[in-house]
Amino acid sequence: MIYIKLFFSFLMIGALSFGGGYGMVSLVQETVLSNGWLSESEFMNFIAVSESTPGPLAINMATFIGSTQGGILGSLFATTGVVLPSFIIILLISAVLKNLLKYSAVNAFLSGVRPCVVGMILATASVMALSSLLGFVDLNTAAEPDIESVIIFAALWCIHIIFKKVKKKTPSPILMIILSAALGIIFGTV
Amino acid sequence: MMKKILSLFWTFFKIGAFTFGGGYAMIALLENEFVEKKKWITKNEFLDMVAIAESTPGPVAVNSATYIGYKTAGFKGAAVSTLAVCIPSFAVIFCISLFFEQFLKLTYVSYAFRGIQVCVIYLILSAGLKMLKNIKKTAFNIVILLSVIAAMVSCSVFSVSISSVCYILICGVLGTAAFFLKKLKKGCD
Repeated sequence: MIYIKLFFSFLMIGALSFGGGYGMVSLVQETVLSNGWLSESEFMNFIAVSESTPGPLAINMATFIGSTQGGILGSLFATTGVVLPSFIIILLISAVLKNLLKYSAVNAFLSGVRPCVVGMILATASVMALSSLLGFVDLNTAAEPDIESVIIFAALWCIHIIFKKVKKKTPSPILMIILSAALGIIFGTV
Repeated sequence: MMKKILSLFWTFFKIGAFTFGGGYAMIALLENEFVEKKKWITKNEFLDMVAIAESTPGPVAVNSATYIGYKTAGFKGAAVSTLAVCIPSFAVIFCISLFFEQFLKLTYVSYAFRGIQVCVIYLILSAGLKMLKNIKKTAFNIVILLSVIAAMVSCSVFSVSISSVCYILICGVLGTAAFFLKKLKKGCD
């Protein structure tokens, strides 16, 4: 049953997405790819949509996948699944386990999870860069660099560095999405 | 009580509708609303909440809605706030999902998304680098971080799949082991 599958897949994502934002990106990616819910490129398209609309990535992703796989009911099941673990854990902490974070074992566990999440995010970005920019998927296929994508990537990093030097902050994601869309259209039409 | 619940609903609905780009942008917004304006929770409770929301799984927005809702109006408050913070995303994304595929078929849109896909790599990478900057550079953290990156990238290159769940659990267990080893060592000295 698709509803139950959606519910439990997203329940798992909700229960294990530490670190907020992109902390869950690799877990969601493998869930949607292995179930055939989205292709790699559809997944990346949707991350961009999620960045340009309000709300947490996890909820946006659950609603979108739920809706494309099982209509309105599907999206309700998936979204409930992704929110439920947070809701229950926080309720437990605020009502019963007030000192959960003061237990040293819990903190010790989290001290291992924190660097792991950062590593997972960086690895996900690297793998995406290898396949989308350099056309390198695995050892069995030859790499075919995509020059246009490499140029867009380089341009985005230059803007990032200039923003950091001049404005002392990173450029807003929406600005970068608009810029990259413009570059994509220019390369597509020329 | 009813008034408080309605006010919780409305505030979290607004927060759900207007926070772009993840949870951290809304922390300042929440503090302004609940600590300074409404004075429903104290500054210390708020700091506790931020620590809890960041170290428990799930989106920061949902975690803080549940926590603040519970502190202000018990279980009902928690349920109403969590629901309110999810409704805007749900509504917007549900509508998008209905026509997204057709939208992508337009020629110029498909060109634009070729560029946008590159941007997504940039966004994830820069989010990762920002987190890297904030993490303490202890030997343990660096070893975990580099091993996870090396393992994940080589798995992908050799087309082996290992679930992220494994990485999270193994690293959590390693963190716990490192902590108890340190304690044991201290005990021996």
